[in-house]
Amino acid sequence: MQESALFEYVLRLSDDSLILAQRLGEWCGHGPILEEDIALTNISLDLIGQAISLYDLAAALEGKGRDHDQLAYLRYENEYKNVLLVEQPNGDFAMTLLRQFFFDAFRLPLYEALMQSPVEQLAAIAAKSVKETRYHLKHSSEWVIRMGDGTEESHQRAQAAIDHLWRYTNELFYEDAHDHALQAAGKVPAMAEIQAKWMATVTSILSEATLEIPKNNWKFDGGREGRHSEHMGYLLSDLQYMQRAYPNMEW
Amino acid sequence: MVSETDIRAYLEEVSDPEIPVLTITDLGVVQHIYLQDQTWIVELTPTYSGCPAMQQIEVDLLAKLKEKGIPNAKVKHVLSPAWTTDWISEAGRQKLRLYGIAPPVNEPDKTALFSEPPRVSCPKCNSNNTRMVSLFGSTACKAHYQCNACQEPFDYFKCLK
Repeated sequence: MQESALFEYVLRLSDDSLILAQRLGEWCGHGPILEEDIALTNISLDLIGQAISLYDLAAALEGKGRDHDQLAYLRYENEYKNVLLVEQPNGDFAMTLLRQFFFDAFRLPLYEALMQSPVEQLAAIAAKSVKETRYHLKHSSEWVIRMGDGTEESHQRAQAAIDHLWRYTNELFYEDAHDHALQAAGKVPAMAEIQAKWMATVTSILSEATLEIPKNNWKFDGGREGRHSEHMGYLLSDLQYMQRAYPNMEW
Repeated sequence: MVSETDIRAYLEEVSDPEIPVLTITDLGVVQHIYLQDQTWIVELTPTYSGCPAMQQIEVDLLAKLKEKGIPNAKVKHVLSPAWTTDWISEAGRQKLRLYGIAPPVNEPDKTALFSEPPRVSCPKCNSNNTRMVSLFGSTACKAHYQCNACQEPFDYFKCLK
């Protein structure tokens, strides 16, 4: 039970990283300024690197001889377990940066907690990734403040992004029987603990940015169970195109 | 019979593909080297998770050892303890500067937002009057700076701890 629960847990982390990296990669050559074009693709590259390590671990736990490329490129949509937040379209720069901020504010405390995990390889990946994630959160937090507390236009766009994305944030803290088994064994942290830290970061940054947390508490989920939004199919057809068109190609 | 010291010396001849003045030993990515069942194992620690240079380093390293008469060496990737820029050697820092890349300096806590960017001296004219253009530069490990004194744009090797 625990091996398969751990596989599922690590797969979720990997898929979050890969799918968000794919979205950020869409900015390549389209950034509003050159520095941000480079920043977003650098962050994408860090996330791909983290995904490779995580998929390697997932593949080892699964023990069916699959490798990280097979996990990344050769699954069907309902086999991806990322949260809906990361597959949402880039929208404008505010939408991309708010999506990134909500994610970074979740990933940082999660990695910090996983550094204490008795699952050695998971703790090692977390210790490695936490250093990169600190840069990501600093970058996205500063942009949220700059946009929220900036011009009327940037404030309005940042608030619109929050109002749209808020419904996807609760899923970050999704838990099911897999999580409960791992938590009971002391291998992973309770999501309530991560959520409290996430909320503290979000409240403090949004308040500094003069932005508001929406009152509407309508929540979406499904990604963790493989039920995705309509955007996911389009994203995957792009991501998987080369492997589907030319099976086993390498470069 | 080759020794661990010999192998370490051979690795001095393998350079970082993105910063060719640095050897992989300068960079601090080579960890333990040991013999296991007649096979030499070289442990490597990745710098940034997604750094594409790591794959090339592995290819170059194995080719170098083959050239030195060790055809069956293997690379093992170790993530823990995680690499830090503190592991870049003093010689490596000097080489970076001469190559036009400012080496890492101690940076303020990254939880401080809008903090003063680290004081980095220009690798061309040594002036401390420089400014950070962007926290993210030409590769994952670098930030983009410009010197206000001589106007030279340059890369700064970010501190990773």
